[in-house]
Amino acid sequence: MANRLTRAVTGVQDWFNDRAPSFGPFYRKHMTEYYAPKNFNIWYIFGVLSMVVLVNQILTGIFLTMHYKPSAAEAFASVEYIMRDVDWGWLIRYMHSTGASAFFVVVYIHMFRGIMYGSYKKPRELVWVLGMLIYLVLMAEAFLGYVLPWGQMSFWGAKVIISLFGAIPYIGGALTEWIMGDYLPSDATLNRFFALHVIALPLVLLLLVVLHIFALHEVGSNNPDGVEIKKGPKGNRWSDKAPADGVPFHPYFTVKDTFYTGFFLIICAFILFFEPTAGGWFLEHDNFVEANRLVTPEHIKPVWYYTPFYAMLRVIPDKLSGVLVMFGAIVVLFFLPWLDRGKVKSWRYRGTGFRVAIFVLGVCFVWLGKIGAGPGTDPVETVIGRILTALYFGFFGFLLAYTGLGWEKTKPVPERVTGHD
Amino acid sequence: MPLMRYFLYATFLAMAMALAAPVDASSGSSNLQASGASLSDRGSLQNGAKLFFNYCSGCHSLKLMRYSRIASDLGLTEQQVMDNLNFTGAKFGEQIPPSMSAADGKTWFGAAPPDLSLMARARGVDYIYTYLKSFYLDPTRPLGWNNTVFPNASMPNALWSLQGIQTATFKAHGSDVTPVFEKFELHQAGSLDAHQFDEVARDIANFLQYAAEPAALQRKSVGVWVLLFLGVFTLLAWLLKQEYWKDVH
Amino acid sequence: MANDGVDTGRRRFLTATTAVVGGAGIAVAAIPFIKSWLPSARAQTAGAPVEADISKLEDGQMVMYEWRGQPIWIIRRTKAQLDALPSQDSRLRDPKSTNTDQQPAFAQNEYRSLKPEVLVLVGLCTHLGCAPKLHAELKPEPFDPDWKGGFFCPCHKSRFDMAGRVYAGVPAPSNLVVPPYRFIDDGHIMIGVSEGAA
Repeated sequence: MANRLTRAVTGVQDWFNDRAPSFGPFYRKHMTEYYAPKNFNIWYIFGVLSMVVLVNQILTGIFLTMHYKPSAAEAFASVEYIMRDVDWGWLIRYMHSTGASAFFVVVYIHMFRGIMYGSYKKPRELVWVLGMLIYLVLMAEAFLGYVLPWGQMSFWGAKVIISLFGAIPYIGGALTEWIMGDYLPSDATLNRFFALHVIALPLVLLLLVVLHIFALHEVGSNNPDGVEIKKGPKGNRWSDKAPADGVPFHPYFTVKDTFYTGFFLIICAFILFFEPTAGGWFLEHDNFVEANRLVTPEHIKPVWYYTPFYAMLRVIPDKLSGVLVMFGAIVVLFFLPWLDRGKVKSWRYRGTGFRVAIFVLGVCFVWLGKIGAGPGTDPVETVIGRILTALYFGFFGFLLAYTGLGWEKTKPVPERVTGHD
Repeated sequence: MPLMRYFLYATFLAMAMALAAPVDASSGSSNLQASGASLSDRGSLQNGAKLFFNYCSGCHSLKLMRYSRIASDLGLTEQQVMDNLNFTGAKFGEQIPPSMSAADGKTWFGAAPPDLSLMARARGVDYIYTYLKSFYLDPTRPLGWNNTVFPNASMPNALWSLQGIQTATFKAHGSDVTPVFEKFELHQAGSLDAHQFDEVARDIANFLQYAAEPAALQRKSVGVWVLLFLGVFTLLAWLLKQEYWKDVH
Repeated sequence: MANDGVDTGRRRFLTATTAVVGGAGIAVAAIPFIKSWLPSARAQTAGAPVEADISKLEDGQMVMYEWRGQPIWIIRRTKAQLDALPSQDSRLRDPKSTNTDQQPAFAQNEYRSLKPEVLVLVGLCTHLGCAPKLHAELKPEPFDPDWKGGFFCPCHKSRFDMAGRVYAGVPAPSNLVVPPYRFIDDGHIMIGVSEGAA
């Protein structure tokens, strides 16, 4: 019986191997023979978690499009139709809305981990740049998605963000009208945003994610010690040619990631079922009021994942400079691999200046986020916001000077990775 | 001890979530009273439904809510809903229209009464509760009513026969030109005492909280099962991970 | 692959258990997505029972109502039509209405109706969903020299008698469907809900 089953399985395998001989090696290259450093810590789960969220967004998104109506007249009611009249529609919608915020939580931690352990450094510059492109597309995707429920925050958020393009000299006005297909966010805007949100950007996103992973698997994963395991000794339990400090991705990291995914899903499920608006952070109160182009909500602000950048825009008293600073804050991240001239990757072995600087960067980002989410009426807060913005950009300038001018006093990097969890 | 570290991280995460205080939905209305409304109190929801249809639905629609949904969620029969709650002649499965046209509303009150389907999600349940309790006599307003929670609201006090009629006293605040609200005084008693009226306001607020998200009744009980399942699954996955990682030295 | 010191039994057991529990989780998680395709509360409301007024329906007349997007025929049969019904039994595919999918239990009788004279039918041919035509008179027709009144489908020539019972030897496989309905009073019928069910 077992013998017959084994033969059947091998039969099917052979059939595929005859017809697609590259499938097996492809699978092995990326799964069973992809050797990841054994000293990955908890910071290294967020890449996989973002994949989990991506799958969730695509599946729930597909089902939402089955009930949603992308027209200014019907959109708002159709979302409530999903929430009330469609069987389990509320669950699918909350999975999508909670997933959107969860996406940014894991992506921000994933990016910060890259900075902590120098994962953007040679030879992983391309991985970083592709990752940044993913982040950029994700921001656009989330913005477009937030417009779709056509609540007050959708409408006014769209209006504010689109009018940012109006700051571009000469063509700004014409450009905003072109984006909206009207003179204000309208049915035409909603319809094209729907198309971009449900098909165009997801395709781009998927392509970039595949490239990001391929690029990573070419050079191999970094690790908390910043040691290149491929350059270390060879030979481990599974292969004589593989890096000694490497462990096959499958099954070792798949089981590890399964465990952390379960843990992550518990947190997500807790929010989804017990506090789906997350106190107004994930779903804003004002977005439960249908879009009204004649009444501006008292307090317009984007969703939390944009607020650090939004704060920069708001504390700068000039429209064009504000827009430039805001986009600059994202663009500068692309250049991180070349701004950091240091050779040591992990903060564990880097100079105190670097450790302080990334801590300050993290604090700036969170604090700016808090300011951006607030009403923005406090003049003291505006001053703090400007200081934080300066510090944010200061991080990159400092890093260039600190590493380029040889101020950094690094510690010796070990030859091998230093153990595992 | 790696497990210890995970717990530290988890604690840190939980703290960060707790620190992220709710975004204040209704800025400028910081002194709202806690309603104590609870969706698990079915009696309160049923009473709130009755009060809503008797005192509110004449002007306000609940156009995202169906009569049939109220019946099944609040444990009422079709007969009970159609006899006691439906005064519009709409069918059982239909959504709840206002008894009055928007144009009439505009003529009578100066503004069309808003639909209340999502009011509790937009403003919060405590806002509705406090709003219902904060009407006072103001001869300068067209209908003679004003409200401290929503100053210059077009709406008159629909519950005055229950609550009685309040007047408000304001105190000049230093050199500030706008006097600050101090307290309400009962000018003429209603049919209920203050405590009973609080319950009326709470039940209406509670019903509107339910109407704003009917799924809330269901989602918590589903959530408990989902969390239980995920707990078991995560434990198994942890055992599996420990088993495999024995290989790695 | 080196397996030194590995408890393969425990490993296999844990892998299988986790996979089964995880798989069960995914299966259960799929249920809400599958159920989201069911008729929504809005569709159910649109498909709610319909009240039909037959107080002015004369003998031999037919009125049409719409329920769930289907034409519903209500016909007040004449005595002659009713009397002719048993005579057709031998020519029918299912004279006793044994196919219980085609009518509620209350209509599994000689007349396929609650009250003998009032016939309520879904006006769609059980062959391919065309609308059969009523040929009420008991006279020889081009398609049936022995016609005792009934319905004739112009699409593929299926024939049904005055109780919606299908004749043998036509493409339609079963009798016309009787929808659930109940009498509110003598002049009014509620279509879409049976007696007893709320």
